[in-house]
Amino acid sequence: MDSKLNYVLQLADTCLIHSQRLSEWAGHAPVLEEDLALSNIALDLLGQARALLTHAGQIEGAGRDEDRLAFLREERDYRNIVLVELPNAAASPSDGGGGRDFALTMLRNAAVSIWLELLYERLQASGDAELAGIAAKSLKEVRYHRQHSCDWVVRLGDGTGESQARMQAALGVLWPYFNELFAAGGVDGVGPAWSELEPEWRARWAALMQEATLTPPRDSAMQSRGIDGIHSEHMGHMLGTMQFLQRTYPGGVW
Amino acid sequence: MYTQAMDLMAREAKPKVVKSAEELAREEAFEARITAGDFIEAKDWMPDHYRKTLVRQISQHAHSEIVGMLPEGNWITRAPTLKRKAILLAKVQDEGGHGLYLYAAAETLGTSRDEMTEALLSGKAKYSSIFNYPTLTWADIGVIGWLVDGAAIMNQVPLCRCSYAPYARAMIRVCREESFHQRQGYESLLTMMTHGTEQQKAMVQDAVNRWWWPSLMMFGPADKDSPNSEQSMRWGIKRVTNDQLRQKFVDATIPQADILGVTVPDPALKWNAERDSYDFGDIDWAEFWRVVGGEGPCNRERLAARNKAWDDGAWVRDAALAHARKQATKAQAA
Amino acid sequence: MSNMQNEWPLWEVFVRSKAGLDHKHCGSLHAADSAMAVQMARDVYTRRQEGTSIWVVRSEQIVASDPAEKGSLFEPADDKVYRHPTFYELPEELNHM
Repeated sequence: MDSKLNYVLQLADTCLIHSQRLSEWAGHAPVLEEDLALSNIALDLLGQARALLTHAGQIEGAGRDEDRLAFLREERDYRNIVLVELPNAAASPSDGGGGRDFALTMLRNAAVSIWLELLYERLQASGDAELAGIAAKSLKEVRYHRQHSCDWVVRLGDGTGESQARMQAALGVLWPYFNELFAAGGVDGVGPAWSELEPEWRARWAALMQEATLTPPRDSAMQSRGIDGIHSEHMGHMLGTMQFLQRTYPGGVW
Repeated sequence: MYTQAMDLMAREAKPKVVKSAEELAREEAFEARITAGDFIEAKDWMPDHYRKTLVRQISQHAHSEIVGMLPEGNWITRAPTLKRKAILLAKVQDEGGHGLYLYAAAETLGTSRDEMTEALLSGKAKYSSIFNYPTLTWADIGVIGWLVDGAAIMNQVPLCRCSYAPYARAMIRVCREESFHQRQGYESLLTMMTHGTEQQKAMVQDAVNRWWWPSLMMFGPADKDSPNSEQSMRWGIKRVTNDQLRQKFVDATIPQADILGVTVPDPALKWNAERDSYDFGDIDWAEFWRVVGGEGPCNRERLAARNKAWDDGAWVRDAALAHARKQATKAQAA
Repeated sequence: MSNMQNEWPLWEVFVRSKAGLDHKHCGSLHAADSAMAVQMARDVYTRRQEGTSIWVVRSEQIVASDPAEKGSLFEPADDKVYRHPTFYELPEELNHM
């Protein structure tokens, strides 16, 4: 695949799949005000995904629009990081899934929004004008997501004994998947290698963990490779749900 | 969205209280204010029964919005295009917001959010029974926008002139946002009926067949079975009768159905030139009371979902409070 | 079921929109702390209009005038017509003042 197309898809798909997971919370949040906050974040990420997918389709030049890309690719062609496809509660697919763990969701939101903030900041200087424009607009949105989720990580980490235990457990589940945030290569004139984000991300994360009175787990050597199309066992189930209508009614107009 | 429960709880007997002359005078003055078109604010004197009626109506209206997020939320992850997904997410988010405005309005009358939540979760409080039906296909989402939001708007516009000002103000906000919901639902159906496959068109007709009668039930019992509406009308809480609104809804909606190219499942539907209105068939009142009484297709599931969200979220709410208290203590010590 | 003491406090929300000069009261919400209250107010009350400023105040801190005192508080201003600009007749050329 063209390296520029690949680079854009890695970002687009990450936003798309993260939005899909967050939208599972609508109507189920711990308090009504958070239902609105989580839906708001899901909507923002969906908007970013749409802009990026449309741009990817143009780069590809094969006539695929945002929906053809979102709903009709095979699993091995999605380029999102595995972190965002994990279910909202730790479970294996054979458990049936569908659970929602606020601790896991807030930690993941914090990790991804800090990362997106750093990435979009750099992409504002991209040689690809369209990408630079998307980054500038998206940056305002993810700054708010980062504020919201980091505030919650602190509240829950430094709340009650129970909340701290739950946060610690969720952190253990997510930790190995953070490595992939720094795994993708850069493309000249388009965007930096993700490894450039690592020092600053690690520093901000360490500060957050300290404020939240959480202990980061031991470093993990696991390398998930969603960015290369090698996903977890959760991805197939999620795509089955997401693609269902388009697959069942080929040629449908909605 | 509206709850038709107002008529149902108005069936309860008014408390038999011996009123003093002063109390009676205050009530007379209060009713004179309403008749003169005055609005009542939170700190104004009001009869106890007015306050209780409003707390019940407003909170049950709020509950309806919250429970209403569930049948529609059911399809967010399966929306057929990214545009439709965004629209549905925004709509469900709006409904949560409407619930919030309404809980806030109810709280001005002296109840608390937790009290109202407890009433909903225990099954004591009611919510609009329309949400006890399942969303089985994507076309259901469009039909809910067209018919259910359409009926809700018809119920809600008169409430913008409700005598209790905080409720009226909340309703103005809600109505402004609601018209986007109905338009989007109708537009989605029109797209499928105009450009869609034969299967999609059949999906739309099937959804209309299932949601038509429940939508008519949203307007509540027939006027002859709502004897206590009169007090609510005098107090400016209710402005138009159930049957009047229901007729208005049918008359407005049938031409829309014609444009779509769908029929409604009512063999008795007929234009009546003399009345300049549609004649329509009888509602199955047995089904109405069954669903209102908790025995509809989804009543148990809806309540179970809300209870689970509340119970699962207890540790989150407690942690946020604990953290806030820790911060406050630190600030004081500093 | 949680008891009253564990309920998040109630906050009143005031928003100044882009086009406006004053903060207007929008409604209320429950939040555990002030940072949360501001964020929630933004999510709940500025989804459509462009807000430029949000104030949140704990509901219990608001002091409101007593409606029963409406007469003594507000009516005396009614008969002091010299406070109103229309009381003063100016030459027509100055009518825009």
